[in-house]
Amino acid sequence: MTELPDVGTLLQRMGEDLIALLDREQRTDPAVVGIHTGGAWIAEQLRDRFLPDSPLGSLDIAFYRDDFSQIGLQPGVRPSELPFSVEGRHLVLVDDVLMTGRTIRAALNELFDYGRPASVTLVTLVDLESRELPIRADILGVSLALPRGQRIKLTGPEPLRLTLNPIAES
Amino acid sequence: MSLKSSKLQLNEQGQLRHFLGIDGLSRELLTEILDTADSFLEVGERSIKKVPLLRGKTVCNVFFENSTRTRSTFELAAKRLSADVLNLDVQTSSTSKGETLYDTLRNLEAMAADMFVVRHGDSGAAHFIAGNVCPDVAIINAGDGNHAHPTQAMLDMLTIRRHQKPFEQLSVAIVGDILHSRVARSNMEALRILGCPDIRVIAPRTLLPEGIEQYGVRVFNDLRTGLRDVDVVIMLRLQKERMQSGLLPSEGEFYRQYGLTSDSLALARPDALVMHPGPINRGVEIESAVADGAQSVILKQVTYGIAVRMAVMSMAMAGQTTQRQSRQGAE
Repeated sequence: MTELPDVGTLLQRMGEDLIALLDREQRTDPAVVGIHTGGAWIAEQLRDRFLPDSPLGSLDIAFYRDDFSQIGLQPGVRPSELPFSVEGRHLVLVDDVLMTGRTIRAALNELFDYGRPASVTLVTLVDLESRELPIRADILGVSLALPRGQRIKLTGPEPLRLTLNPIAES
Repeated sequence: MSLKSSKLQLNEQGQLRHFLGIDGLSRELLTEILDTADSFLEVGERSIKKVPLLRGKTVCNVFFENSTRTRSTFELAAKRLSADVLNLDVQTSSTSKGETLYDTLRNLEAMAADMFVVRHGDSGAAHFIAGNVCPDVAIINAGDGNHAHPTQAMLDMLTIRRHQKPFEQLSVAIVGDILHSRVARSNMEALRILGCPDIRVIAPRTLLPEGIEQYGVRVFNDLRTGLRDVDVVIMLRLQKERMQSGLLPSEGEFYRQYGLTSDSLALARPDALVMHPGPINRGVEIESAVADGAQSVILKQVTYGIAVRMAVMSMAMAGQTTQRQSRQGAE
């Protein structure tokens, strides 16, 4: 089995890179937004450890997915919570696994329904490099090529761990 | 005709594809509707109150009976889901030129409508349409005769869930014209399915349907006895248009015996909710001070109604889609 990286170590370096990037680009007073569920866990840890003064929000992108007409509404939709104004704000958008880019597309659309952010910085823990849309992470934990028939999953919130699981035959 | 909704309104995967009535639905499904509605409530608090879920879908509001609130909340719900909405006031359209219900709906279907929201004066109209006229269009029952008003029941359940203890610990009283009330029927079913142990109906004998006991409710003819220690009071509108038949001596007499006043409300628990499906008749079934009082959640019900209708519409649309795909896959 492939050795999976330790999430705590990845987060430490991602946090440092993120702070450096926000400084360099002068993206001051950012708000951190995590995508349900894994992204929200990572967002909370990054905020607590590196951006303690930033407000934290979460998005459930179920109402913005592009596959509603194929697979319908996912059960267990939660309300999105953005307890701050998005208008004119620098946002740090956090997700656990970046694959096709469709989740990020949906999240960007949802964010813009709340207002016009000054910028969006994308942070993801894992990149599986099978993009279908022109989207890339600004801050990345690790790029992985998975063995065939396997999927990666973040478990949490405490401790955060990456696990490999066989894809269930449907 | 039996109005059992269960078979007709679910697809082969057990998902909602029409929403015709509460009976026969599982507690899990009702809870899923409430959870989804909770999420849509948050959408209603945004500056842009719209999500793209039903973009490109066409929803027809087909109302054979007047209703301002129900129709406008359905319209708003569809628009917040980004659907295109067609409002058909059938009373003033071609039905008055002799077109049948069947032909009206088949014509709408030919316009590629994906969903009909139907209100009709006859019990079973929505079932008939879902079963016999347009099974591939998602049908939402917005009230049929004396039979059912399932979205009203679900918005009432959402109101109770957001403002009271869990259903398993509740005493709920439904007061007024039970006989003519589709709201009462749907509410009794929903409360029972969600596990409410004490459902009471309070009404004069003349306004109670026969066989009311089948709903597992306790019947009271005296308001003051029935209201004692309840957590929720659901008042029903006294349907004046149905009062001609001599079921009641007078409005004044009804108010004295069954009107919810500050005095009678004091018999319920101090934190009891006051609910009403609207439109309210002040001084006929409810005192103004109670309708506008601190315990009243009547206007919250209207807000929650939009979220519940968004939930039901998106779930039924999804269920229809899944059904269509599994059928195409099988061919």
